[in-house]
Amino acid sequence: MTLIIGILALLFLVLTVLVIGKTQDLLKSVKGVKEVEDDSEVDGANDWNALGLMVFWVLSVVGVVWSFLDAKKDFLPEASSPHGRETDYWFWVSMAVITVAFFIVNTLLFYFPLRYKYNKNRKATFYPHNNKLEVIWTVIPALVMAGLVFTGLRVWNRVMDDAPEDAEVIEIMGRQFAWAVRYPGVDDNELGNYDYRLMDDAAGNNFGIDFTDPNSFDDFTNGTEMHIPKGKPVLLKIRARDVLHSVFIPHMRVKMDAVPGMPTKFWFVADKSTEDMRAELNNPDFNYEIACTEICGRSHFGMKLLLVVDEPEEYEAWKKEQQPFLSLNPGFVEKVPDNLKARALKYVETEDAEVAMVTEEVEVVE
Amino acid sequence: MATVAAAHSDHAHDEHHDLGFIRSYIFSEDHKVIAKQYLISGIIWAIIGGLMSLVFRLQLGFPDMDLSWLKPILGEWVNESGKLDANFYLALVTMHGTIMVFFVLTAGLSGTFSNFLIPLQIGARDMASGFMNMLSYWFFFISSVIMFWSIFIETGPAGGGWVIYPPLSALAEANPGSGTGMTLWLVSMALFIVSSLLGGINYVTTVINLRTKGMTFDKMPLTIWAFTFTAILGILSFPVLLSAALLLIFDRSFGTSFYLSDIYINGQALPNQGGSPILFQHLFWFLGHPEVYIVILPALGLTSEIIATNSRKPIFGYKAMIFSMAGIMFLAFIVWAHHMFMTGMNPFLGSVFMLLTLIIAVPSAVKAFNYITTLWKGNIVFTPAMLFAIGLVSFFVSGGLTGIILGNSALDIQLHDTYFVVAHFHLVMGSAAFFGMIAGVYHWFPKMFGKMMNKTLGYVHFWASIIGVYLVFFPMHYIGIAGFPRRYYQWSGFEAFNTYADLNAFISVAAILTFGAQLIFVFNFIYSIFWGKKASANPWKSNTLEWTTPVNPGHGNWPGEIPTVYRWPYDYSKPGSESDFIPQNIPFSATPESNLPEENELIEEEKDIENIEYNYNIPD
Repeated sequence: MTLIIGILALLFLVLTVLVIGKTQDLLKSVKGVKEVEDDSEVDGANDWNALGLMVFWVLSVVGVVWSFLDAKKDFLPEASSPHGRETDYWFWVSMAVITVAFFIVNTLLFYFPLRYKYNKNRKATFYPHNNKLEVIWTVIPALVMAGLVFTGLRVWNRVMDDAPEDAEVIEIMGRQFAWAVRYPGVDDNELGNYDYRLMDDAAGNNFGIDFTDPNSFDDFTNGTEMHIPKGKPVLLKIRARDVLHSVFIPHMRVKMDAVPGMPTKFWFVADKSTEDMRAELNNPDFNYEIACTEICGRSHFGMKLLLVVDEPEEYEAWKKEQQPFLSLNPGFVEKVPDNLKARALKYVETEDAEVAMVTEEVEVVE
Repeated sequence: MATVAAAHSDHAHDEHHDLGFIRSYIFSEDHKVIAKQYLISGIIWAIIGGLMSLVFRLQLGFPDMDLSWLKPILGEWVNESGKLDANFYLALVTMHGTIMVFFVLTAGLSGTFSNFLIPLQIGARDMASGFMNMLSYWFFFISSVIMFWSIFIETGPAGGGWVIYPPLSALAEANPGSGTGMTLWLVSMALFIVSSLLGGINYVTTVINLRTKGMTFDKMPLTIWAFTFTAILGILSFPVLLSAALLLIFDRSFGTSFYLSDIYINGQALPNQGGSPILFQHLFWFLGHPEVYIVILPALGLTSEIIATNSRKPIFGYKAMIFSMAGIMFLAFIVWAHHMFMTGMNPFLGSVFMLLTLIIAVPSAVKAFNYITTLWKGNIVFTPAMLFAIGLVSFFVSGGLTGIILGNSALDIQLHDTYFVVAHFHLVMGSAAFFGMIAGVYHWFPKMFGKMMNKTLGYVHFWASIIGVYLVFFPMHYIGIAGFPRRYYQWSGFEAFNTYADLNAFISVAAILTFGAQLIFVFNFIYSIFWGKKASANPWKSNTLEWTTPVNPGHGNWPGEIPTVYRWPYDYSKPGSESDFIPQNIPFSATPESNLPEENELIEEEKDIENIEYNYNIPD
């Protein structure tokens, strides 16, 4: 790389010297007599430029091939989802098609100048149109496009199809400047309702969880990592609470905007656990990451959440270990309507809860 | 033409000499002067926009660099430890995009060449309304001043990306740039839209009404076709941006909820409910996508003319070129949502827009093939303009091809908002349109200023630019394929984006050198205006009408009668003719040796064309 920068710098240095030389010539002639010049006289520079275009293209081909091979190792990081491998496959198919077109069209474009450079003894061919030719090169791209559209649509529809019934539902919420996740909990496996008007960072309810919905009692949240099971469909319910964000999981080929006021979703299957990937890439420090790809302000570049793909049984065990939000923030029991308090109190084992329970009983007695 | 012509023959001569400096060069109604005003404003903006990109390229290529030496210019935006402020980074990216797309490649390109070439190439004394034309420039000027001013306010200019998606752009508490900076951005853009509409309506009116005798639509140069389609695109889509901006102003200042809903920010739940940020994106891209073609079509038009002239050959497939441009114009209105595949809009809508988007590749491909066939068996003269035109075609092809991947919604999942997109549009619309603009300046400079630009400096400029642009934007595709997201201040926080530090440094070096090469052009431009060699009336031996004017066309363009047009503009190297070009104003009756059989039949109609009487009574 240093070598290339060096060569590049040298090239521009030479150009600079040329320019300065030429500039001085020009400045000398400023005071000289100016004549009307017929600049259309074609001089030797014409041949050099024609040759230059071809040389440029030959060097470009070398550069393109070399740089492609050199950079290839980091392209499309190893896909860990079946739909990801499918889109990768079609990416490379499309890439092959456009690479062929790229080389053919540019080769003609840079070769014709050399082949048909100006020669005062020759006359250009008067060739204003050829309908057959026009039809051919309208139809060929149209057919290629039709092929790509057809395959693209099939893949797109499959990826965007409704998630399977048994999908593991996880909520992910974007805010300035972090991601946070919420799980439906192990008891009812249903996400509780939320309302943005209930959000209260000072009190800790940054999700706006609605505790009048009993489904929310066992929900647990996490602000540092998301766990998902390997081999099982995962449905991400995506939302944002301040500005637009976009969930991007590079290795899963997952991307979907998070929009305030309009929940979105994306489902996928991760078929390589974090451990699998560590072994495969021979990198014991490997981690899946979730990034933001919709500009959201100052720390847009820092919205990182770790993604851990567990074996299914590890995942279930991990879920069981997690403390429901209510257990960690027992104060929110107050928000639970009276008729549901008993159910909510199951999740609260502190003294506060006992006190709460006592007062409830008292109220009942009264 | 009618009224202007009448005015010219009666009393314009005295008026012409009486105009003072201010009316001749500042508040001028002459289309040529207005064109030059647009050109010079465009060049100044291009330098500002280019410098901004260098600052953020330094940040991206050399994240650890001490930027304290920029403190004299950037002040507080560089902190004590010599690091660029992350908010200011976003502001730079935003302003770079806004300036380049709107102020350079829309106003600087269309404004310059539509104004300059439409009257000259269709044979008119001036634009349909010189006054509106003047207003158009001065609205643009005020808009420019406001945008420029916004760079210097304390909270910084708008920083939500050039697409200014709400809620980020609507909430001052979300980003410092969304305060006064955003207000100024919106005001500036509203004025810009007014300017663009005044210009566009004028262009279309002029082309429809003021063509000279014999200049039927099928004899118009492709440049004029391109400018007309561009103007129509602008007239139909810019008002939508205005409405989008207006609703955003309401949301920002008057408490409405067009784009805002369910927002909790800064420890407070906002009262807005029922709005949709996606609505803004639809409205924005309804302009935003046609805008891409507003940028590239004029460049393609200029290229058609330059390639035909310098290949000494008729443009291949004149009608196919017109129909492709018409097709592109039509399709441009119905592909906007391919910018929104991953916004959560209904996937079915995604399928529809993917289909429509890939259709647009067909007319684009036809255009590229036609250019190449025009070169085939030509007798090619490599003026700097011609070299830049060839460069444009190369960028248009190389950048356009990756559009086939991005237009495919399934593949867009991974590539959306990554550097792959950045590389794609910088080649296909950024660099291509920029090369078109530069090519146009080299080609029409003799007609604008009566001087020739220096050829050798032009060659050096071309070679440095084409090499530089490819070195900047080709490797960017690699970074995109690896998944690097756009608008990141730095990537080192992520393991997934922790590679390619050297490639990013390489791109930054290439960008700095490429920008440096543009200074050669600026020098050449200024030098040639004052000290360039005097030009002849038709230095490129071209067929179109502007080359039948004197070296320095005065007010009214032609000193005598406006020439009459008898043939299409591409009679280059016609078999039988001694000269390798036959201008449009030469009747077929004067060239019996080279006429095609069907053209001999047209000789009888020449009398009719000459006898056309214009109605001079149209009120101004």
